[in-house]
Amino acid sequence: MIQAIAFYLFAFMVIASAALTITARNPVHAVLWLILAFFNAAGLMVLVGAEFIAMLLVIVYVGAVAVLFLFVVMMLNIDFAELRAGFAKYAAIGAVFAVGLAAEIMVAFGAWSAGKIELARRAAPTPDTVPNIEALGMLLYTRYLFVFEGAGLVLLVAMIGAIVLTHRERKGARAQNVSRQNARRPQDATRNTQPTVGKGIEL
Amino acid sequence: MTSWFTYLGLPFGWAWFVATLIDILVIALPLMLAVAMIIYADRKIWASMALRRGPNVVGPFGLLQSFADGLKVFLQETIIPTASNKALFLLAPIITFTVALIVWAVVPFDQRAAVANINVGLLYVLAASSLGVYGIILAGWASNSKYPFYSAIRAAAQMVSYEVAIGFILISVVLWTGSFNLTNIVEAQRGMGLGIVNGFFINPLLFPMAVMFFISSLAETQRAPFDLTEAESELVAGYQTEYSSMSFALFWLGEYANVILMCALNATLFWGGYLPPFNWAPLYLVPGIIWLLLKMGLFFFLFSWVKATVPRYRYDQLMRLGWKIFLPLSLFWVFLVSGVLMLTRVGTECAPQDRVHTKQYLYDDGRPRYPTDGVCRAASANQSEKRS
Repeated sequence: MIQAIAFYLFAFMVIASAALTITARNPVHAVLWLILAFFNAAGLMVLVGAEFIAMLLVIVYVGAVAVLFLFVVMMLNIDFAELRAGFAKYAAIGAVFAVGLAAEIMVAFGAWSAGKIELARRAAPTPDTVPNIEALGMLLYTRYLFVFEGAGLVLLVAMIGAIVLTHRERKGARAQNVSRQNARRPQDATRNTQPTVGKGIEL
Repeated sequence: MTSWFTYLGLPFGWAWFVATLIDILVIALPLMLAVAMIIYADRKIWASMALRRGPNVVGPFGLLQSFADGLKVFLQETIIPTASNKALFLLAPIITFTVALIVWAVVPFDQRAAVANINVGLLYVLAASSLGVYGIILAGWASNSKYPFYSAIRAAAQMVSYEVAIGFILISVVLWTGSFNLTNIVEAQRGMGLGIVNGFFINPLLFPMAVMFFISSLAETQRAPFDLTEAESELVAGYQTEYSSMSFALFWLGEYANVILMCALNATLFWGGYLPPFNWAPLYLVPGIIWLLLKMGLFFFLFSWVKATVPRYRYDQLMRLGWKIFLPLSLFWVFLVSGVLMLTRVGTECAPQDRVHTKQYLYDDGRPRYPTDGVCRAASANQSEKRS
């Protein structure tokens, strides 16, 4: 009973907030609806017993990716008239994509209702006594180790690429040397003098 | 408690539901009281260090000062700037406050006393604390005012930066424990130091992590010396500038609830949590929650002490500390800890017959296809222990 209520609540919220992501006029609101959708998707993952994936979804997408996304969108100065002008221009291409996606969903539903796909084996891929973090770990770090490390390397290349592309040498910028700053003592920087009246000090 | 409600004749699902609701109230209500008292304690400690008296008028020793302040903000008018985004402006403090409360669901108060003893406890903590930044960003943006927006930008960068370091620090704890479950993490600290001292801090490999976690938790809760988001000399009151009345109070409460939470996490992850400091039988007669509260009190004193004595960081120094010092150091430490564990532990946790395997990867006669696969049954049996 509670599971059913929770499922319909999460499912409804995912779909509703996804729809609002598209229709929201303000881009910041759109990102916030997207975050709500991520969050409820994580709820659905918990319901099917994939709590590790659910937490990763929240940490990675909600906690890091969406924050940066929101950051960028907040900084942008968006011209709503220009956005609406673009809508007419790209409507045809958008429609093609929409039809394609709808067809894929229908094919998927068709295949699912036709049966013959071994769903039962996929429903409970881990033994009951093994939490799914450990089950994932024992596959990722043994059988799929090289694939996993390959994925890590791809991400590393992407990261280095991003740094190389955005890094620029600033000519004439005076970089600070933190260790030198920290090593500087008051007696190096200040001097106590007792100038007499009517006479300045020589520096 | 669930079993008591099923005994009363409720079906299991509803019994669990009612019992969990009661659990939540049992934690949230004293927490609110604790926040009120901790604000008072903070002001008193800060005042003593500045040779002042601090609040001493309302109630005996000024104990009721926080409640008087609460009543005051409650009676004030809520001002919503006309140029603000109203819905988000009101939502922001609610998010901050809620996020500060939900993490308490996984904090173990005793061996079998946590609202949700889930096996991804630590990830849940990370997930919920990464949500905290939304309250601040939204407040800054929705206020439609310069200073709150600067503050929101600072907060986002600061929290994202330090979460990276915190993530690595937690990974080293998880590696050592072999579990994300907070109760298991506390239990792994039992008798850590020669069977006498309880707590990871006594382990020379993990002690630097304990120190770094403490400093990162100062940054994560935006306490001094990292309180750049509400640096009053630069940004008026930061993201709270436009807030008044209860919406301001919610930020205030959420902030202090986060501080108490970070104290609890420091205690739980490195300093033995609900275990007494020494593994000596008479000390176990004192309930675990008392030890946890004592440790939290100690950490809160440290938080206040730092606030009273350390000058505020400059923003570039803050970023340097997070990215150039904590990140490489904690990353290196993860390598170090996992290297030590590989040398000392791998393959010795349990005998091959105690390993549980995934069904698809067994031969028909039940032999595993890959001998390195499998999880120790004993370890996972501990983990599936649920609160009755």
